Amino acid sequence: MTAEPPESVAESVAESAAVTAAGSAAVVTVRAPRREALYFALRNGKLVAGLVVVLVFLLAALLVPLTIDYGPNDYVGPAASAPSGEYWFGTTTFGQDVFAQFAYGLRATFLVGLLGGGLAAVIGMAVGFTAGYRGGLVDEILNMITNIVLVLPALVVLLIVNAYLGVRSVGVQALFIGLTSWPWAARAIRAQTFSLRSRDFVDLARLSGVRTPKIIVREIAPNMSSYLFMTFILLFGGSILIAASLDFIGLGPTQGVSLGLMLNNAARWSALHLGMWWWFIPPGAGITAIVGALYVMNVGLDEVFNPKLREM
Amino acid sequence: MLRLDGVSKIYRVGAFGGRELRAVSGVSFDVNPGEVVSLIGESGSGKSTLGRMVLRLTPASEGTITFDGTDVSAIRSRKAYYRQVQGVFQDPFSCYNPVFKADRVFAMIKQEYFPEMGRAEWRDRVESSLDGVRLDPGQVLGKYPHQLSGGQLQRMLIARALMLDIRLLVADEIISMLDASTRIDVLNLLGDLRARGLGILFVTHDLSLGNYVSDRTVVLRRGRIAEMGPTDRVFGNPLHPYTRTLLDSVPRLHTKWADEEPAAGQTPCPFHDRAPDTPVRSDLAEAEKEHYVACAGSGACPAAKETA
Ligand SMILES: Nc1ncnc2c1ncn2[C@@H]1O[C@H](COP(=O)(O)OP(=O)(O)O)[C@@H](O)[C@H]1O
Ligand SMILES: [Mg+2]
Repeated sequence: MTAEPPESVAESVAESAAVTAAGSAAVVTVRAPRREALYFALRNGKLVAGLVVVLVFLLAALLVPLTIDYGPNDYVGPAASAPSGEYWFGTTTFGQDVFAQFAYGLRATFLVGLLGGGLAAVIGMAVGFTAGYRGGLVDEILNMITNIVLVLPALVVLLIVNAYLGVRSVGVQALFIGLTSWPWAARAIRAQTFSLRSRDFVDLARLSGVRTPKIIVREIAPNMSSYLFMTFILLFGGSILIAASLDFIGLGPTQGVSLGLMLNNAARWSALHLGMWWWFIPPGAGITAIVGALYVMNVGLDEVFNPKLREM
Repeated sequence: MLRLDGVSKIYRVGAFGGRELRAVSGVSFDVNPGEVVSLIGESGSGKSTLGRMVLRLTPASEGTITFDGTDVSAIRSRKAYYRQVQGVFQDPFSCYNPVFKADRVFAMIKQEYFPEMGRAEWRDRVESSLDGVRLDPGQVLGKYPHQLSGGQLQRMLIARALMLDIRLLVADEIISMLDASTRIDVLNLLGDLRARGLGILFVTHDLSLGNYVSDRTVVLRRGRIAEMGPTDRVFGNPLHPYTRTLLDSVPRLHTKWADEEPAAGQTPCPFHDRAPDTPVRSDLAEAEKEHYVACAGSGACPAAKETA
C-alpha cells in the first residue's frame, strides 16, 4: 500500500546533481542554480498542471467549508436526491449534503497527507541522515530497524492497532501512517548522504569546527533539497492513499468526515446498487485526482532537477 | 610540536570489508615550529591519508599522533584543535559546496570562531587575508564556485586556513592546481608563514617542489617511510633506491638523458648493507646524522627476501 518509488530515482537524482554541477561548471552560467531551476519549473507542463490541480483542491478544502453554515454530517436536505441547484453533489440516503461532506473530506485528506507524510519524512530524514553520515555500527542498527519496518505488512499493523486501540481521529491515523511509511525514504536518503559525506566540503566544514548535526542540515541536506522535496511529495500522496484505504474498510476517524469515509458509507448503504452515483463518484474522483496530480508533479520535478530528462 | 609515532592506517576494503589495505604503516616523524616538512611519494603512497589523520578527519589504526605532547585523538574539543591546526586539500573544486557561494568558507569560520566580531571588521580581515594570497577580493567574493578557477579556489582555501591563528598547516598538494605564475607566490607565502613560526606539512608528489620549500623531507613508499632527513642530505645523497628512481625520473635541464649514470650496481640495500655501527631506529637506519633510510624492499634486498 505504501507508495514505492523506483529505486532508480535515488540514483538518477544523485547523477543529476553531479551532471548539473559538471555542466554548469563547464558552461559557467552567471545565473544562480536556483533561478535556473525555477525557470525550468515554470516551463514544465507536468509540474504546473499537477500543481494547479493540487492547489485548486487545497483552496476548495480551505475555503468552501467557510461558506457552508451546517456540518457535513447534518441531516439538512431531502433523502437520496440527485445533484441539483441547491445540493450540487446531491444528498445521501439520510439527507446529508454530499458537497459539504466532500469539502470537509478534502480537509481531512490534506491534513492526513500533511501530518502523515510530514511525520514519515521527518523520521525518514532523521534515520537516513544519521545512518548515512555516521556509518559503521549506527548504520547497521538503523538499517536493521528500517528493514524490519519495511517488511512489516503496514496495513495489517494499522488494522490491528486501529482495531485494538479504537482511537480514530485524523491525528492518530496520521501518526500510525507516519510511523510505518518512512523506510523507503530513509533508505534513499541514507544512500544519498553516504555519497555526499565523503566529499571534501564536508571535511572542510569539520575543519571549520562545525558540529555534525549542523553539517548534515547546512551542508548535506541543501545538496539534496530537490530530492527531499520529491520524497515528501511521494510520502504525502502515499499517506492520503493509505488513509483512504483505512477509512474505506471502516477504520477511519469516528468523528468528522473524510473522502475515504464517504466511500465507506456509500458502499455500506449500497449507493452503487441504488444508482446513487453522486455519493461515491466525488470522493473517488477527488482522491484519484489529488494523488494522481501529486505523482505527475513528481515526474515534472524529476525533469526539472534532472537536466537529462528535460524536454528540449 | 607535531609528532607521529608508529602511525598506521588500515582500511577495510572488498565486498564485506574482508580484505585489509595498509595505506600507511608505522610512520614516525616530527614537525617543529618554523619548519617545512615535505612528504613526498607517488600517488597512492598514503600521503593524503597521513594528512587526514593529522587533521583528525580519520582515526589512526595504530600508533599515536601528538600535538604539543597531547594525543590528538584524546583532545575533546575538535574546535580547539582546529584553531591551531588547519589543512588545505588537493582538489579545490570539491572543497566548495556547489549549492552555495564560495565565500561561505569564510562565513563558516566566522560563525564558529568569531561570532561576535562586527561585519566590517570581519570583512577587513577577509580582504587582507585574500590580499595575502594575491587575490582581488572584488573578483572572488560573492561568486559561486563554478565561476572561479581552480587556482582562485585553492588560494581562497589557503586564505581561509590563515584566518585562524594557526600553528600547523597541512598542505596536501596545494601547488598542483595552480598555474606557474601563482605557484611561486604561494611558495613564497609558505616561506613567509615559516618565518612567522608556523610548522608546515607539505604533501607533494613533485620532488622539485619539495626540494624548493622544505627543511626536511620524508619519502613515503607504499605507506612506509623509505628515507627521511634534512632536505639537502636526502636530495644530495639519496640512499634508498626508490628515492634515486624518483630523482632520476625528474628531467634535468643540463644533463642529457644518455649522460645519466646507471643506477644498477650501486649498493642495493642501504639498510642491510650499512656500516656495522650504524644506529637503528625501529626499521630505519641512521646512515648519517638525522638521515634515516629503510630497507630497499624485496625487489632489491636479499635480506628482505629471506625474512618475507
Ligand atoms: N577511504 C578509503 N577507503 C579505502 N581505501 C582508501 C581510502 N582512502 C585512501 N585509500 C587507499 O589508501 C591508499 C593511499 O591513498 P592516499 O593517502 O590518498 O594516497 P596519496 O595521497 O599518496 O595519493 C590508496 O591505495 C587508496 O586507494
Ligand atoms: Mg593524495
